[in-house]
Amino acid sequence: MSPSTSTGGITDPLRIDLDVIQAWIQPNSRVLDLGCGDGTLLQNLRDTKQVTGYGLEIDPEQITTCISKGLNVVEQNLDRGLANFADHSFDSVVMTQALQTMHAPHKVLEEMLRVGKECIVTFPNFGHWKARWHLFSNGRMPVSDLLPYQWYDTPNIHFCTFRDFEFLCRELDIDILKRQVVAERRFSRLLKDLRPNLFGETAIYHLRKHR
Amino acid sequence: MPAPFANDSVGLVTPQTLHFDQPLELASGRTLDAYDLVIETYGELNAQKSNAVLICHALSGHHHAAGYHSEDDRKPGWWDNYIGPGKPIDTNRFFVVALNNLGGCHGSTGPRSINPQTGQPWGKDFPHLRVRDWVHSQARLADRLGIEQWAAIVGGSLGGMQAMRWALEYPDRVRHCVVIASAMNLTTQNIAFNETARQAIMSDPKYHEGNYQVHDTYPKDGLAVARMIGHITYLSDDGMGQKFGREIRSGSFQQGQDEPVEFQIESYLRYQGDAFSSSFDANTYILMTKALDYFDLAREYNDDPVEAFSHAKCRFLVVSFTSDWRFAPERSREIVDALIGADKAVSYAEVESDYGHDAFLLPIDRYYRLFTEYMKGVSTHV
Repeated sequence: MSPSTSTGGITDPLRIDLDVIQAWIQPNSRVLDLGCGDGTLLQNLRDTKQVTGYGLEIDPEQITTCISKGLNVVEQNLDRGLANFADHSFDSVVMTQALQTMHAPHKVLEEMLRVGKECIVTFPNFGHWKARWHLFSNGRMPVSDLLPYQWYDTPNIHFCTFRDFEFLCRELDIDILKRQVVAERRFSRLLKDLRPNLFGETAIYHLRKHR
Repeated sequence: MPAPFANDSVGLVTPQTLHFDQPLELASGRTLDAYDLVIETYGELNAQKSNAVLICHALSGHHHAAGYHSEDDRKPGWWDNYIGPGKPIDTNRFFVVALNNLGGCHGSTGPRSINPQTGQPWGKDFPHLRVRDWVHSQARLADRLGIEQWAAIVGGSLGGMQAMRWALEYPDRVRHCVVIASAMNLTTQNIAFNETARQAIMSDPKYHEGNYQVHDTYPKDGLAVARMIGHITYLSDDGMGQKFGREIRSGSFQQGQDEPVEFQIESYLRYQGDAFSSSFDANTYILMTKALDYFDLAREYNDDPVEAFSHAKCRFLVVSFTSDWRFAPERSREIVDALIGADKAVSYAEVESDYGHDAFLLPIDRYYRLFTEYMKGVSTHV
């Protein structure tokens, strides 16, 4: 797995976040999907909402898969920025489960909001109780079904909690239009609305630059 | 008799010569009153005539892109790796057309042909051609074959330039454009290499200002040097190093020995130069390199590639190779950025390879698979 591959960072077979993202994207809009993986999101958006757009990806296998689905996929390393895209040239710029794999997540966020009128970001919550408990009880970096990598060999180099992320948004003058917290496990699902930063597994943020 | 060719080969193929007598006005302002184009076709044109794929060749290419001319042929056509039953350009699905471009030296009208006005070979008086002239002649070829719209036009290097020009000149006549290891124009360094190659030819005493045929001679040495220069630039430093290293073919460095040393790379390059200059025409080489130098996709669109591509209607696949420094990945990315800027459908892959510019001709697993997948998509909508 290449280090900056977006969807590679987290194992999440159901991808509930994709359903939420689809609901937030307007029909017939123009979308840029950063780290589009096998193109599932773009394909669904194309087939159900007539969305046009491009996926950026660096994993050769994923690129071939996207091509076989007839999607527009462009090989590009996101850590090299989005300088080749014009300001506000997309209605939405999406990044699912990849922010934590970026070398400079704050710069990527700013670039996303320059290129897109809005952006949608999802990432795993490092503040989830399981991660906290693992670190607290074992004194070691969490390894679990949610975060299956050892600290020295992981694509996830910039973990954050929901609160961390929201502090960053404030600093970068980013408005949070919507936030949805997802938890697949029953226990977390019951408690996520009460204490999202403790029980939420993934958050989906709908963002816009403050005007 | 057992089939002498592999199952995924198009097998024996026979070129055909088509004569065109409707004058072709050229970008230079001159006119070719009549001309021949040599072509090969593979596969069957379907009833709707919607499954045709045009192969545009590069600097030294020609119509013989796949298969064999005889059972004794040592080598198949130049893109046999990618054209054939079950291959990316699948002849079970597509009707594939390959031609020798005007100005070529493999049977289409070019500098070696007789100028009907003088009764002598054209030589260097053959009209200068630009990529668009080839595209217009290919459009006439499509008319002749009854092909209103190509399923795809595919080309590497100079061939990719033709494919892109097609997309702008005849947007309704092409559904997919595959641009491999190409660029929207040449870099300064590229033009410099081409000029050095041309000077190698022109400084051969046997060049005779391009009229060597009249003098019954041929600037073979000059053309061989031109090809050697080109060949170096088509390979990568790493690739050459891996293949030849500092291996010695003859001689010795031993103290006290005066025998001259020949490195493997020297002998290889000389062999390549020699083989090429025995089968290619010097004036064609000059003409083709000039066409490369002149090409500038966006020149007539205010030098704005986005504006240029806004005229296209087809989908694009763009492919580059990491070690290709003659048509570097950055040049392909410029194409992709312009297409995205123009809101056109495009996919892009940057394939890891040590083979330099030549990679586009060679069997490379990733390239092969993504090309196959793309062309499958092309064939599902014919």
